[in-house]
Amino acid sequence: MIEIKNLHKSYKMGSNSLHVLKGIDFSVEEGELVAIMGSSGSGKSTLLNILGMLDELDEGSYDLDGVPIKNLNETKAANYRNKFLGFVFQSFNLINYKNAMENVALPLYYQKMVRKERQEKALKYLDQVGLKEWATHLPSELSGGQKQRVAIARAMVGEPKVLLADEPTGALDSKTSYEVMDLIQKINDKGNTILIVTHESDIADMCKRIVHLKDGVILEDKKVEQVRASEYV
Amino acid sequence: MWLLDIDLWREVISTLTKNVLRTVLTTLGVIFSIIILIMLLGSTTGMINGFSRVFAGKASNSLFVWGQTTSVPYNGFERGRRVKYEMDDITMLKSQVKEIEAIAPRIELGGFQQTVTVKRAGNTSGSRVFGDFASIDKINRKKIIEGRFINKNDINQSKKVCVIGLETYELLFKPGISAVGKEININNIYFTVVGVYEKNGDFDFDGENAVIIPFTAFQKSFNSGDRVDWMAILIDSKYTVAKAEGQIKELLKRKYDISPKDTRAIGSFDFSQIFTALSAFTTVLQGFAFFVGIFTMLAGVIAISNILLITVKERTKEIGVRRALGATPKIIKRQIILESIVLTTIAGVIGFIIAVGMLYYLNTEVAGKSDVPFVNPTVSMTQVVISFTLMTILSILIGLIPAKRAVKIKPIEALRED
Repeated sequence: MIEIKNLHKSYKMGSNSLHVLKGIDFSVEEGELVAIMGSSGSGKSTLLNILGMLDELDEGSYDLDGVPIKNLNETKAANYRNKFLGFVFQSFNLINYKNAMENVALPLYYQKMVRKERQEKALKYLDQVGLKEWATHLPSELSGGQKQRVAIARAMVGEPKVLLADEPTGALDSKTSYEVMDLIQKINDKGNTILIVTHESDIADMCKRIVHLKDGVILEDKKVEQVRASEYV
Repeated sequence: MWLLDIDLWREVISTLTKNVLRTVLTTLGVIFSIIILIMLLGSTTGMINGFSRVFAGKASNSLFVWGQTTSVPYNGFERGRRVKYEMDDITMLKSQVKEIEAIAPRIELGGFQQTVTVKRAGNTSGSRVFGDFASIDKINRKKIIEGRFINKNDINQSKKVCVIGLETYELLFKPGISAVGKEININNIYFTVVGVYEKNGDFDFDGENAVIIPFTAFQKSFNSGDRVDWMAILIDSKYTVAKAEGQIKELLKRKYDISPKDTRAIGSFDFSQIFTALSAFTTVLQGFAFFVGIFTMLAGVIAISNILLITVKERTKEIGVRRALGATPKIIKRQIILESIVLTTIAGVIGFIIAVGMLYYLNTEVAGKSDVPFVNPTVSMTQVVISFTLMTILSILIGLIPAKRAVKIKPIEALRED
C-alpha cells in the first residue's frame, strides 16, 4: 500500500539547514495498523506530513497504492488527498460553525457529490462512530471524545486507502483515548490501513506494528501482539 | 454552474455573518461610494433637465442673422454702410443652401427692441410688435395658452390678426376676459387677437410683452415693403450650424458687395453653440461624477479586500483543514472572491437605495423651484448598469488579493497554527 525508499527531508532555517529525515525505508501493507513512535523532534510528524502529501520530500520515492507521489501541484495534491487519504488530527480540527453531519460531509463536497447523497453517507458514517443522534450538533456542543469520533467519521467517509492519525488521543483523557482506539481498531478490523503517530506507548501497543523513529532514522520496526482497547473500556 | 452551489453560498453567508458588526462597517465605504456616484450622476441629470427647461421650445440647431455696418471698404463702397436685407434674400438662401430646413424672416415695428404703443378700450401697453411667418414656430416655439398661433392662411391672406404675449394681455385686458376675437389698436390699425402665448421655458428673446402679426399683414399695414430685419434659420439636424452659417454669410456678402474679410457687416448668433457648450459641460460633469465615484468605490472595495485579508488570516487553520480534506486552491479562491462580490453588491444595493431616496427628497425640495435650473434628478438604467458592472469587476479584481493570500497558505502551515 505504502512504499517509501530512501526518504530525505530537511528544512531551511535561515542559513542553517535542519536535516529531519535521513534516509527512511518503510513500507506498509494493506490492512496494517502501524504506530509511529518517537520523541519530539524525531521526525515522526514530518514523515506523516509527507505521507499525507501535506509536505514534499526532498529525496527518495513515495508510492501510494502503486501511484508514484511526486511533482504534485496543489490541485493534484488536493485531489489525491481527497481520494486516497483520511486525516485525524490531535486537535480534531472540526469546522466550528458546521454541525457534525456537515463536517463529516465536507470531503464528499470536494468530491463533488450531490448534497442529498452526501448527507446520507455522512449520517451512515456518523452512525458507525455511534453519533447519529448528534448529527445536528455543533462541535462546541460535543465532548472531546465525540469530536474525535466525528473527525474519524470525516476521515473515513471518503473511503480512503489509508487513514493517517496524528496524535489522535493526544488531547483526550485515557478513558476516552481507549474508546477512540477501540473505534480505530474496529475500523482496522474491517481491513482499513491505518497509521498513527503517537508518543504514548499504551496507544502504540494497541497497534499491530510499532515503528520507532529517532533523529530522522528508523531505530526499530517490529510487529507486536495487539492489545485490544475494548478490554479497558 | 458553481454559482448555483447552495453549499458555497451557505459557506459565504456563514463567514460573513460570523462578525456582523465588522461586516457592516466594512461595507460602509462601498455604500458611501455608491451614494456619491448616484447623487452626482442624478444631480447632473437634474441640471441637464433644468437647462432643457430653460431652453424649452428653442430649436438647438438654429441660427439668427441680422445686418450691421460694414467695416471694410469694398468694390467702391466705403466702410460704415448699413446692411439691410430684403425678401429676395430669403428665396436666394433657401434655394442655394441645402442645409436650411426652414427660414423665417422677421421684422419689428420701430426697429429692434423698440416698443410701440398698443391700445385697447382705454388700456395701453408698450409692446414690441413683430411681423412673422408661421415657420418661426419651428425655431422659437411659444406656449399658446389661449387660441392659436398665426398660420399659413393668415400669411397668404394678409389677415389683420395677432397673437399677444401674456404680459400684453394683462396690460390690455381685465383678468378673466377672453382676448380671442377682441381687437387691439397698433398705430391706429386694428388687429384681431387669435391667441395668447406664454414664454416657453425661461429663455426667450421676444419676451411676453409682444404682439406677433402675420408678416404680410405687417408689410401692408406699416409699409415696410420688402424689408427684413433679421432672419431665424433652422438648420437640418444632419448638418452643423457653423458650416451653414459660413455659407449663408458668404452668399449675403457676395450679394451686398461686402468684403469677404469683413467680419462685422453681418451679425449672427449660432444658437447651437449654447447647446454644444451645455452638453460639453454636462458631459464633463458626468465624467467627473464617474471619476470621483470610481475612486471612492475603489477605496471602498479596497477596505473590503482588507477585511477579507484579515478573515483569511483568522481562518488560516480552517483553510488548512479544508485543503487537507481535498479542497483545491480554485475552490478556496472562488469562495473568497464570492465573499468579496457579495459584500460589494449588498453594499452597492444599500447605497443605491439610500441614494435614490436622497434624490427623491432633493427632487421634492429643490427641483421645480423656477429659479433653480434643476429638474427631476434621476439616474438612467444605463448608468446604474455601468456602475454595478464596474463595482462587480472591481470587487473581483480586489478580491483576488485575499484569495491569492488564502491559497498561499500551505495546509501544513495552517494546521500547525494553534
